[in-house]
Amino acid sequence: MDCLVCHEQSGKYKKFPTACGHPAYEEKNFGGKVFEPVDLNAVAKTVGKPGLQNCGVCHFFGGGGGGVKHGDLDSSLLSADRDLDVHMSKEGANHTCTACHTTINHQMAGRYYTEKAPLEHSMAMPEDYGNRISCESCHGSTPHETMTILDDHTAKVSCQACHIPRYARGGISTLMWWDWSTAGKFTEDCKPIVEKNENGRPTYHTMKGDMTWAENVVPTYAWYNGGMEYVTIKDTLPKDGSVEINRPLGSYDDPESRIFPFKYYEGRQIYDAGANRLVYSKLFGPKGSGAYWSDYDWQRSVEIGMAESGEEFSGQIGFIDTAMYWPITHMVAPKEDSLQCAACHARDGRLASLPGFYLPGRDRVSWIDTVGWSLFVLSIIGVMIHGLLRVVFRMARSKKQ
Amino acid sequence: MKRTIYMYKGFERIWHWLQAALIILLLLTGFEIHGSYELFGYQGAYVVHIQAAWILLGLLVLALFWHITTGEWRQYKPTLKNLDKMVRCYMVGIFLDEPRPYTKTPETKLNSLQKLSYLGVLLFILPILIISGLACYFYNDLQAWGLSVGFGSLAILHTIGAFLMLIFLVVHVYMTTTGHSPLAYTIAMITGREEVPEDNRVC
Ligand code: HEC
Ligand code: HEC
Ligand code: HEC
Ligand code: HEC
Ligand code: HEC
Ligand code: HEC
Repeated sequence: MDCLVCHEQSGKYKKFPTACGHPAYEEKNFGGKVFEPVDLNAVAKTVGKPGLQNCGVCHFFGGGGGGVKHGDLDSSLLSADRDLDVHMSKEGANHTCTACHTTINHQMAGRYYTEKAPLEHSMAMPEDYGNRISCESCHGSTPHETMTILDDHTAKVSCQACHIPRYARGGISTLMWWDWSTAGKFTEDCKPIVEKNENGRPTYHTMKGDMTWAENVVPTYAWYNGGMEYVTIKDTLPKDGSVEINRPLGSYDDPESRIFPFKYYEGRQIYDAGANRLVYSKLFGPKGSGAYWSDYDWQRSVEIGMAESGEEFSGQIGFIDTAMYWPITHMVAPKEDSLQCAACHARDGRLASLPGFYLPGRDRVSWIDTVGWSLFVLSIIGVMIHGLLRVVFRMARSKKQ
Repeated sequence: MKRTIYMYKGFERIWHWLQAALIILLLLTGFEIHGSYELFGYQGAYVVHIQAAWILLGLLVLALFWHITTGEWRQYKPTLKNLDKMVRCYMVGIFLDEPRPYTKTPETKLNSLQKLSYLGVLLFILPILIISGLACYFYNDLQAWGLSVGFGSLAILHTIGAFLMLIFLVVHVYMTTTGHSPLAYTIAMITGREEVPEDNRVC
């Protein structure tokens, strides 16, 4: 195991991109950047407890760039103010990742797909949970002092749903849409095309296709019991030309499920249109090897990718719309910025399309409302007519006298 | 020609107006929680609704106690006597100025039709609202005890109760104008003193 990546504090320990986890031991060049040889002795002398940047080296840049995968873990957390993250900002709790992701013998506490977050206890002790983590580990499940209705929600609504009103709030945009089907375009003189938006994010790249980035994104909400269902390369895809690669498991009726916020990441990717399955494609490799990023031929890149991994391939490729759910659990905002009631309790609120239960303010039995309001209006009209008749008859009477 | 009688005691008047204010507030906030419009903001509506509901419950218990100890509950003892005459009075007599069938006194304030409608509120509309409202409020606890009614059913029942109360309110407010003069009943409920015609007969 590489100890330094998590324990060094100098910030000089940089890995060389294609060296399989090794740093540059002598001066090397990658993509125009010079990687100085790392003075391992000096770096090793700085070892300490892992800080945000140690974990961030990998987790802030998953997928090959800041905010590409997670919408809630990016390098803006290194200098977060309290508005961005109450836990990891200096003026907030000044936590590092390991305050929550406690380790027992280097087993990082995280999210275990088969186990559910604890809920029953208030003011839980770490022993209760082994090395599982949740917000309740520190706050308990009834942390609200001002309004009991908020504590009443925690059985069905996750802490994250209310306390992370938006993600990618730190000024670093996150990738929302990646369309591989447009990759492989070149300029007239056969140069690769790279178009960037005002933040320097690629919106088109010959190697990757079209991309859309967003900041301050409203999460997508789903019932979630901690489990995910994945579509794998073995599964036959639904026929309607789109597929959710992973899907959070849970429902209102499942007592383990709560409403959880997700980054809903969409894209369009190559698939086996004959067998209606996902595929492996070969991206990386020298020219002539069939690797897509050298030869730009999807057909070959899939043929080789599937052959190398021993999968069957019908020989017919196509593009399919895909979507993925990424849980949002970091970037907890200060309590003043918590989600307002009406964000959920409204006809067209954030939970507008979440099925399976009655939500006050969103749901109603429309015929009861129609009948009720009609009777209300009719009763007003009725008493007005009655009153008018009284006046008319009285006037008629006084005229007679 | 005219005279005034002391119709409503102090407690009755305070009870009546407090209850009226609470019920109007509950209707206003309740239909906001239901999603019919925006007024107080959802959180404000919810907080006010719950507080008003508790105060109203307290007031109702107090009023029940008062009615029992003073014997005033007898005012509500239902009767079918003269029901047909009362209906005719409101539907025809009131326009044609026919002789009024009912004598209103401090001991018998309610005619047979009023008794029936107030009993309807007391034994039907209020229980619907109170039981479904409490069940919504304590829903998590009820579930822990094994209640199998869905939250939606309770909320829908509560909504139905609210519509009935709203319609009662409209008709009730209009009925206050049917006294000796349009404001006679309202003034009586404020000051306690009601101006009545010589023969003291009304609808
Ligand atoms: C994935 C990141 C990671 C890697 C890689 C890693 N560690 Fe750790 N290590 C941690 C964390 C987190 C802690 C707990 C720090 C704390 O308690 O705040 C820790 C604690 C320790 C401690 C105890 C420090 C103390 O103050 O209690 C030692 C010793 C240690 N690691 C040595 C190593 C060695 C040796 C390696 C290489 C074999 C290594 N670590 C690799 C994350 C890592
Ligand atoms: C050398 C790169 C690297 C470093 C440094 C690193 N991690 Fe990881 N971590 C990974 C990889 C790779 C995975 C597995 C990826 C996955 O499951 O999505 C992972 C998984 C995790 C998970 C579990 C994710 C899950 O899906 O449950 C947590 C939590 C985690 N890391 C936290 C940390 C923390 C805290 C630190 C700093 C002490 C740290 N990591 C440092 C690479 C790294
Ligand atoms: C390691 C313990 C720990 C864990 C786990 C933890 N918190 Fe906190 N949390 C704290 C501390 C300490 C503070 C106080 C920081 C401050 O007020 O500046 C805090 C503050 C907060 C606040 C801000 C309150 C305010 O006054 O604005 C919110 C909201 C919050 N946490 C929610 C969460 C959520 C949601 C999670 C789960 C994703 C979580 N916490 C997990 C320790 C924790
Ligand atoms: C306030 C507590 C807290 C802090 C601080 C924290 N995490 Fe987490 N993290 C959580 C919780 C809770 C989960 C589990 C969410 C779930 O149930 O899916 C989690 C999940 C994760 C996951 C896997 C879930 C995913 O999004 O796919 C990774 C990776 C991770 N954390 C990395 C980090 C890194 C890196 C840091 C430091 C930059 C960090 N965390 C700081 C509370 C925290
Ligand atoms: C229905 C939305 C909602 C849910 C679910 C929710 N919270 Fe809150 N939380 C709020 C709001 C709104 C506030 C601000 C209350 C205030 O201003 O007094 C708040 C305040 C807080 C505070 C500050 C407490 C205080 O009184 O100063 C903490 C800590 C906190 N929440 C943690 C959590 C944790 C942990 C969970 C999950 C067990 C959770 N919340 C679930 C909406 C929610
Ligand atoms: C993240 C979305 C969300 C937010 C924000 C939210 N709620 Fe809810 N609320 C829900 C859901 C989901 C339910 C349904 C829970 C159930 O059926 O058990 C619910 C149920 C309720 C109920 C009925 C259930 C009960 O226990 O009485 C009330 C009342 C309520 N919320 C009021 C509020 C108020 C007031 C606020 C703001 C302070 C608020 N909610 C904020 C999602 C939310």
